[in-house]
Amino acid sequence: MADAVFLGLAVITIGSAIAALEVRSLIYGSIALMGTLGGIAGFFLLLDSPFVAMFQIAVYIGSIAVLILFTVMLVRRQLIFIKIEDKRRRYAGIGLMLSLMLALGAVILSSGIKTITTDEPPVDFRLIGADFLTYYWPALVLMGFILASSVIGALTLARREDLTNDQHNA
Amino acid sequence: MTNTMLDFVIVSIALLAIGIYGISVKRNAIRMLFAVEMIVNAANLNLVAFARFIPNSHGQTFALFSIAIAAAEVAVGLALIIVAYRMYKNVDIAEFRSLKG
Repeated sequence: MADAVFLGLAVITIGSAIAALEVRSLIYGSIALMGTLGGIAGFFLLLDSPFVAMFQIAVYIGSIAVLILFTVMLVRRQLIFIKIEDKRRRYAGIGLMLSLMLALGAVILSSGIKTITTDEPPVDFRLIGADFLTYYWPALVLMGFILASSVIGALTLARREDLTNDQHNA
Repeated sequence: MTNTMLDFVIVSIALLAIGIYGISVKRNAIRMLFAVEMIVNAANLNLVAFARFIPNSHGQTFALFSIAIAAAEVAVGLALIIVAYRMYKNVDIAEFRSLKG
């Protein structure tokens, strides 16, 4: 059975996930998204994976959420608060969400997953570093290339060619 | 450990369903990005939960790869949103009709 810390984290995670999508202002929405990501980091701590939890906090809350917040602030003020959506589409979406939850929940409950518990000690996080540098080293190199190329790609996409001309003219 | 694996999987399912709701209903490009992040996080939670109960270190390694790739994905996605916003002066995806430059 779940303990109190787990229930609190679950309420924070799911509640702020709903808030991130439904709050009127996009700025509060992105702050609520930070709550979801932090809740997931808390779950990682409960699962005895402190390294993944720290990585989650550093990457998601430290960079992704802040990046999203900056992008939201670049958008025009009226667009931050506007909320355009189809009523019928919204009800259909809620129906889809509930049916997905019920279907997946029924599948999971009928499987043997609920009997799974463990008394074994958690995996030592030094093993993760060993994995990275032995078995997974080609993937690690590839990931470095992907990250570098995606950052360069993002910079190239978001660059403004017209800005330098304006500055020369001014 | 007092929590069973079922608890973590149920939270993951709930997060996945909320993310799919967000992707299918919202028309704001930034909110759709929020929903994609939730789905990626649900997948990561599942990976780490299964890795804890096996127990095995490879699931955590895979979750770390997944987090790093998600960072790259968000950077490119936000750059695309900024380009589209500059072109259309809007973040509503229904307005992004043409692929013309």
